[in-house]
Amino acid sequence: MDFKDKLKEKLHQKFPSVEFVFEEFRGELTIKFDKNAIVEVAEFLKTDEELSFKLCEDVTGIDWQKKRDRFTVIYQLFSLTNKFRLRMKCDLGDEWSIDTVSSVWRSSNWAERETYDMYGIIFNNHPDLRRMYMPEEFEYYPLRKDFPLMGVPGSIPLPKK
Amino acid sequence: MGLEAKLMNDGFLTTTIDAVIAWARKNSVWPMPMGISCCAIEMMAVGDPKYDIARFGSEVMRFTPRQSDLMIVAGTVTFKMAKVVRKIYDQMPEPKWVIAMGACTSTGGMYRSYSVVQGIDQFLPVDLYVAGCPPRPDNLLNALIQIQDKIGKTRARDFQNNPKIEKAAD
Repeated sequence: MDFKDKLKEKLHQKFPSVEFVFEEFRGELTIKFDKNAIVEVAEFLKTDEELSFKLCEDVTGIDWQKKRDRFTVIYQLFSLTNKFRLRMKCDLGDEWSIDTVSSVWRSSNWAERETYDMYGIIFNNHPDLRRMYMPEEFEYYPLRKDFPLMGVPGSIPLPKK
Repeated sequence: MGLEAKLMNDGFLTTTIDAVIAWARKNSVWPMPMGISCCAIEMMAVGDPKYDIARFGSEVMRFTPRQSDLMIVAGTVTFKMAKVVRKIYDQMPEPKWVIAMGACTSTGGMYRSYSVVQGIDQFLPVDLYVAGCPPRPDNLLNALIQIQDKIGKTRARDFQNNPKIEKAAD
């Protein structure tokens, strides 16, 4: 049994009530599931001795704009012992928020802040959800599709000449 | 030419105080290297023995604004960085000059984006723009020579009773 099948079986066994959708593209596995299960699944993927996805490489988002579920959050995981990359996707639905996984992987703390900064997605229970790149008084979310490329004039004040 | 000729014989040179001060200023321009991105690499090359900015009396790159006369803004200035650049500029003692080095600094360059200031002249008085992405070191040296020409034409009283300067001091 190769690692992908083992992973699928383990997830089904551990979370019988959660519906997983598996997608494979060019050998990379993506799992989609309900956003309410994110912390438990993340915890399991990290702490399970065989899977041991110890590395959370990135957390980012997608703005679909016209789809009913506007935002999707993506987690890129890596298992050092199995040399395996895994992608987790969660649709956010109407409420643009998801529980934080920074309690599981500390490295996701800043990645989640960046996602919040760029998309305005709220990460519940995040220890320090401030803007990462933009000035703190900035009111918009630049990577949303409805944000104009050149920004909103006057939204970031410049020093006087 | 009576007095001058007499003094010259005794080994003295006569001139005006304006000319002496301008000459001293222009030949000892101390740059403040505001290196923000890749243009700063070319700015470092200007300091090395091949291009050697020391030939023009500007080898003392001061990393504190309080000891420098010329700010070389080298790199992409974002809106967040603009406040910092302005703060550093405000700390430089008068008289002071600014070179906008490279396309990004002068116009925003290829970063036509919400986060990048489209030209630092929106918040700083720029004396000289240097073209290039990044400009070659020779290009920056040329800019320095032109700044020296500009400084050489100033007179001491240009900086006296200047309401702008007094306002900044308050």
